[in-house]
Amino acid sequence: MLTFALIQLAPGSPIAYKLQGMEGDMQADAATRDIIEQTKALYGLDKPIPVQYALWLGRLLRFDFGNSMKDQRPVMEKIGEALPVTLMFNLISIFLVYIISIPVGVYSATHPGTKRDSSLTIILFILYSMPTFWVAMLLILFLGGGEYLDWFPIHGLQSGTAESMSLLSRIADRLWHMVLPLFCLTYGGLALLSRYMRAGMLDVLRQDYIRTARAYGFSERTVLWKYTMRNSLIAIVTLLGSLLPALIGGSIIIETIFSIPGMGRLAFEAVLSRDYPLIMGEVTIASLLTLAGLLLSDLLYVAVDPRIKLG
Amino acid sequence: MNIATQPSDVRKHPNVVWRQFKKNKPALVGVLLVVVMALIALLAPFIAGDVPIAMRKDGRLYLFPNIVTYATLQAENLYRNFDRWEPGPDEFRWDPPVPYSPLRQDLRERLSPPCREHWLGTDDRGRDVLSRIIWGTRISMSVGFIAVGIAVVIGIFLGALAGFYGGVMDMLTLRLIEIWICVPSFFLVITVMAFLDPSIINIMVVIGLTGWPGIARLVRGEMLKQKQQEYSLAARASGLNDWRIIFRHLLPNALSPVFVSATFGVAGAILTESGLSFLGFGVPPPTASWGEILKQSQSFVDFAWWLVAFPGIAIFITVVSFNLAGDGLRDALDPRLRQ
Repeated sequence: MLTFALIQLAPGSPIAYKLQGMEGDMQADAATRDIIEQTKALYGLDKPIPVQYALWLGRLLRFDFGNSMKDQRPVMEKIGEALPVTLMFNLISIFLVYIISIPVGVYSATHPGTKRDSSLTIILFILYSMPTFWVAMLLILFLGGGEYLDWFPIHGLQSGTAESMSLLSRIADRLWHMVLPLFCLTYGGLALLSRYMRAGMLDVLRQDYIRTARAYGFSERTVLWKYTMRNSLIAIVTLLGSLLPALIGGSIIIETIFSIPGMGRLAFEAVLSRDYPLIMGEVTIASLLTLAGLLLSDLLYVAVDPRIKLG
Repeated sequence: MNIATQPSDVRKHPNVVWRQFKKNKPALVGVLLVVVMALIALLAPFIAGDVPIAMRKDGRLYLFPNIVTYATLQAENLYRNFDRWEPGPDEFRWDPPVPYSPLRQDLRERLSPPCREHWLGTDDRGRDVLSRIIWGTRISMSVGFIAVGIAVVIGIFLGALAGFYGGVMDMLTLRLIEIWICVPSFFLVITVMAFLDPSIINIMVVIGLTGWPGIARLVRGEMLKQKQQEYSLAARASGLNDWRIIFRHLLPNALSPVFVSATFGVAGAILTESGLSFLGFGVPPPTASWGEILKQSQSFVDFAWWLVAFPGIAIFITVVSFNLAGDGLRDALDPRLRQ
């Protein structure tokens, strides 16, 4: 039901914009009026808006967003090429975020007030406040050639000679290209989640039942991993829902900077060239991804917290 | 009666919060930095610009010509002359500390690294980076505050109505929130910016329109809580209308989490604005904005470190100080952490 409502929301106004844009063109250049009429007929823009909307909705359910206005290729084909790249980046990034932030948060929370805890907190806070595109540019400046170190490639997904490499070195090449963009995508979420993990863990450690568990004489390890862990995970599992849109939004900037042919750069180019069908396709797919993330976080929520049952 | 103790406790609330807040040194630093930034934004013409703050020319005393627009100055036949004008005898000019306009191009000084004249260097058109950063503070601050202001107003209004009336109103608002958070906000912002003209007003409105669901949720939750309180019943029993109950009696008690959220929201809005400008969908070019300076520097990224470092540091400091202030505010408002 939510998806349906979303679909209703997303395309409504942009189609009106699309019409406005067309009319603007017509006034500007009367000679091309015929061509514009033909184009309008091609995209079904000569029909009244409600009819257009119904048509659009029908096509959308079949994931048919029409052709890109720029190169006439089907939108789904372009998105289909870009989606795996972005998905790969985002999934690896989410994986890294969770795999690093949980131990970091647990360490901070179990050693509160120590020097290491406070320095970790400060580092995380600084990371959390740095704009991704700035970090990306600093990395390019200092590690990606220029006048300083030249450790990592800063452009695209593979070297030009990748075709002639063996499978193993091609994978290595791919990973080498992914280091900088992945770092940029990951560190923000990492810092946020570690902070939440620390706070959540400290919160749980203050609870009475933890004292009870300690009083029973359970080992610190049992108290920590069996009684505290599960309850502090609840907080960061719910964050998955907000992490995903942030990542997808972030990939617009990161993919543009590092010239990675993913959804983000596609969206950037679509917006630059006002490629309306492509933009609409992008937004819909991105929203569906977010929706999937929200659903996943709800399911995980049930898995982590036995008090919540799927209704 | 024992009611007397409770109202006095409530009235002290801001004091309690402030006392708690003062103990948190990083948060104080954050607030201080925010105030400094706001002052820089407000006083930008007095800190950087090529128009003097005061001057005596041709026997006439001009006070604060720097706060008048260039067009007005030109109309008085002032601007074209006096930027190269050396004061003669009986004349004087008092320039801002950074005597460069954020817009004046000087092609002989292109891409100069930081030096005595240009403390933070110049960009590819010879514009002074320090001056541009100072004027960029205006853009960032105003976008941050106004966008969050819009989000807060919408969020409070919808959240309060949803929480107070429940039923259909609540259901509709919740569905709207759910739809809204499905679309990744940065995607939504650049999509909308693609359809609109890039102007600062549009940016504020668009960022504001994407930011309200979180606040609406907070307010709704708080309203549900406050509605159950006895004073709410008392207000209703004394025959006040709904509007007055909501906005005069319930809402003030539901606002504190909104303040925290809004503080973080300003940091987020500033980040979004600079990200937008960085991609070229932000404030239109000649205007100085931090993200726009970074965008310009992209072509010279291999050597012009000053173009990359300084605007980034400006964004970073601003975001850090808002986050510190927000953290401090949250801790001060959280009764569980109060000693």
